[in-house]
Amino acid sequence: MFRNPGFMLKLNLIRSFFIEIGELSYFARRFFKEIFKKPFEFNEFLKQCFQVGNRSFLLVGVTAFIIGLVITLQTRPTLEEFGAESWMPSMVSISIIREVGPVIIALTFAGRIASGIGAELGSMRVTEQIDAMEVSGTNPFNFLVVTRVLAATLMLPVLVILGDAIALYGSYVVENLKGDVSFQLYFNKVFNALEFGDIIPATIKTFFFGFAIGLVGCFKGYYCEKGTVGVGKAANSAVVFSSMLLFIIDFIAVFITDIFFEI
Amino acid sequence: MHNIQAPILEIKDLKKSFGANHVLNGFNLELFEGENVVIMGRSGSGKSVMIKCLVGLMEPDSGSIRVMGKEISTLNPEDLNTLRTDIGFLFQGSALYDSMTVRENLEFPLRRHKQKFAQIKDPTELVLEVLESVGLVHAIDLMPAELSGGMQRRVALARTLILKPKIILYDEPTSGLDPITSKEIIELMRRVQRQYKTSSLIITHDVDCARVVSERIILLIDGINYLEGNYETLKNSDDEKVKAFFK
Repeated sequence: MFRNPGFMLKLNLIRSFFIEIGELSYFARRFFKEIFKKPFEFNEFLKQCFQVGNRSFLLVGVTAFIIGLVITLQTRPTLEEFGAESWMPSMVSISIIREVGPVIIALTFAGRIASGIGAELGSMRVTEQIDAMEVSGTNPFNFLVVTRVLAATLMLPVLVILGDAIALYGSYVVENLKGDVSFQLYFNKVFNALEFGDIIPATIKTFFFGFAIGLVGCFKGYYCEKGTVGVGKAANSAVVFSSMLLFIIDFIAVFITDIFFEI
Repeated sequence: MHNIQAPILEIKDLKKSFGANHVLNGFNLELFEGENVVIMGRSGSGKSVMIKCLVGLMEPDSGSIRVMGKEISTLNPEDLNTLRTDIGFLFQGSALYDSMTVRENLEFPLRRHKQKFAQIKDPTELVLEVLESVGLVHAIDLMPAELSGGMQRRVALARTLILKPKIILYDEPTSGLDPITSKEIIELMRRVQRQYKTSSLIITHDVDCARVVSERIILLIDGINYLEGNYETLKNSDDEKVKAFFK
């Protein structure tokens, strides 16, 4: 079995995955150490918040609106069969707020931001800009990594809240066209259906999603291999790795939520 | 003169390997105040590795590096960063921060070393001073992408000078430049050395550059100091490996 090349390849893949997890943990530990070191690059942090939030808003908004439309359009016929279309706002709001909104928006955000950060830091590494910061006695980790990870951690929850609202509006548009439901009635039903147990855990997990996306993007870019191929690989693997991590975090979050809030 | 003066930079028995590839096999160097030393060697001979070990960007396997009397390997990150303000590094590809203007590029190192420049109220003064010494005051608000290769190299030199270093390390300062721009950069290096009274360690393949700026040349072959001397001595050497460089 150990001489089988296919098996060895899989074994190596698993091994390299765990090595990567180990290195990422070490990188995260460094982040928590550096975050308290002075000076805090506040201007760069604000700039990154603007870049990360603003750059993703249009994409997140359009994606969320379409999700709201599609979920409502595809669910309506089934609910109609049971004469349960009045349950539509409750069903859509719970599924969007609890799971679909945070996960889809985080995945969209990962595609946009993790790859952007990975490519940006990767090209800075390849062109020796990070080395230049280091030899001038400044702390590139503090300036580049801490600011970007914090910006991603704080901006994703904001984007998810806005995205959820847009998705619900998309759902309302369908309901209004198909069922002649008023805006007030629709959102009354939405807020009646939602509880703290739906909103709080879903919002808390988006902070972790944002942190993972920022951290993986920075990690891949900061330790990018030499050459333009290295930059491409950094951007690509940042998206793949952060997306995978999102699902793992989501699973853990749902598991914990189930214990405390009894979904 | 060198015997009575302590070297500002001293490397002893420096070794560095990457797996089975032994890049540096016991390299030695002494650089004295105000001196300009050129290191020549083939591509992949370990020149850049040596210079990166010098500023703590790479960790050597063994050996000693003392800069202004301080052993690099024993310094904590804080002290290393303070020492780095006395060592300027001109990167081969200029390494300008491409998301910042020329002014921001030059101001960036100043932000972390406010103590050293406590007497300077307005950083723009210092920025203008160094830009003037490289003849690029007009480019202060341009982005690096808007500059030619030669201009980028000059801005990079200005960024190196802004921390008023005592030693400047040049990594291939004329590579990728046309002959006329190369001559301008070489002339600028000499002018800067006179004006700022720096010591320089220059890594280059450019024989013209070595001839003009060096007081001493070290040939780095097989990871060791193969031969050392002034330009004329090396040029007139009968050794085949040395001759190959000066053909």
